[in-house]
Amino acid sequence: MAVDVETVVKIAAYAGGGMAMGFGAIGAAIGEGYTAARANLAISRNPKISGEIFKNMLVGQAVAESASIFALVIAILLLFLDVPVPSLLKASALLAAGISMGFGAIGSGVGSGYPGGEACFGIAKQPEIASQLTTNMLIGSAVCQTPAIFSMVVALMLMFIEFGNAPLYPTWAAYLGAGLSMGLAAIGSGYGGGLAAGASCEGISRHPKTAASVTTIMLVGQAVSQTPSIFGLLISFILMFKSFPESTSLSAAMALLAAGICMGFGGIGPGIGNGMAAEGAVRWVARNVEHAGDLMRIMLVGQAVSQSTAIYAMVVSLVLIFVV
Amino acid sequence: MAIEGAEIVKAAAFIGAGLAMGLGAIGPGVGEGMVAAKACEAIGRNPKEAGLLTRTMLVGQAVSESTGIYSLVIALLLLFVV
Repeated sequence: MAVDVETVVKIAAYAGGGMAMGFGAIGAAIGEGYTAARANLAISRNPKISGEIFKNMLVGQAVAESASIFALVIAILLLFLDVPVPSLLKASALLAAGISMGFGAIGSGVGSGYPGGEACFGIAKQPEIASQLTTNMLIGSAVCQTPAIFSMVVALMLMFIEFGNAPLYPTWAAYLGAGLSMGLAAIGSGYGGGLAAGASCEGISRHPKTAASVTTIMLVGQAVSQTPSIFGLLISFILMFKSFPESTSLSAAMALLAAGICMGFGGIGPGIGNGMAAEGAVRWVARNVEHAGDLMRIMLVGQAVSQSTAIYAMVVSLVLIFVV
Repeated sequence: MAIEGAEIVKAAAFIGAGLAMGLGAIGPGVGEGMVAAKACEAIGRNPKEAGLLTRTMLVGQAVSESTGIYSLVIALLLLFVV
């Protein structure tokens, strides 16, 4: 049975679209469910201000939704994309675009549910600072979206940039690796950023006077949590834009695919771990603001150590791309 | 395109290296993050012991790091030795 190139491109685009939306729906749904669960608890605690809590819940959920809306956009684009020059390389790039967006939306969706939930609960405790909590929630959950945005950028590049006359072997594996690297590495960073943002909403509702210090350390913690996804972005850019010499050997292709897998999985753990460290620090800055400096220092030291395995993964990926 | 046996072995070694380091990095990353979170909590509760707590945190993280280093060693062995 002979299958022409045009059919293969279509198959890849449809499979990629399915993966983008299927995986991309996981995170936002869980995150929004957490927000709604906390909102219910908050309303049972303080039913008089249910309107305020309900409003905040919807705002928080709308932000958490954005990761899966990115996935929906990419999926629809993949379904109706018109490919002028079908090639097997394009098929690989389209599949990789779906992988990148699908996995990349998981972490951001789950993560941005936490600030929403904690802000709802905080409003029940301290109705007078409701707008301050909503603002902090929006800042925190916006930062959580960055890994999903990186994934969307990589997916759009894979779909629309013309890569010229790159040789099919081994470039097909480089594109798949680029998608895996970005998509998987975004999971940890999105989730970790959410942990920090949730703790900051909880902390501000406990001691509203510490808000400035809490928001600052939240942003620092989230920024460090984003680094594994930036490593993933870096590796996927290298895989997309480096030109690889033509080689039909299996090992040349597998080295590039393995580079993407290595950085992708390797970014998950450090992203979550950095977020946990930031969560602990943010929570305790709110309770003990006089020692914010000590807490910031220990958070950064702890995060640096937790980051090390992401750096090992990046080194192995770079060795796989440039050395072997 | 005929694929030689040695070629398959080499390809498998590369994939194995990627999986070893990639999956092996998850555990230490999460574990060390937990240590750092609890160290922050402990310093928040008792800031006077910050030095002692930092030392304990670093030793604990170093132990948790060991599996990440095993993964790195195995990945490098797969890439360059076997």
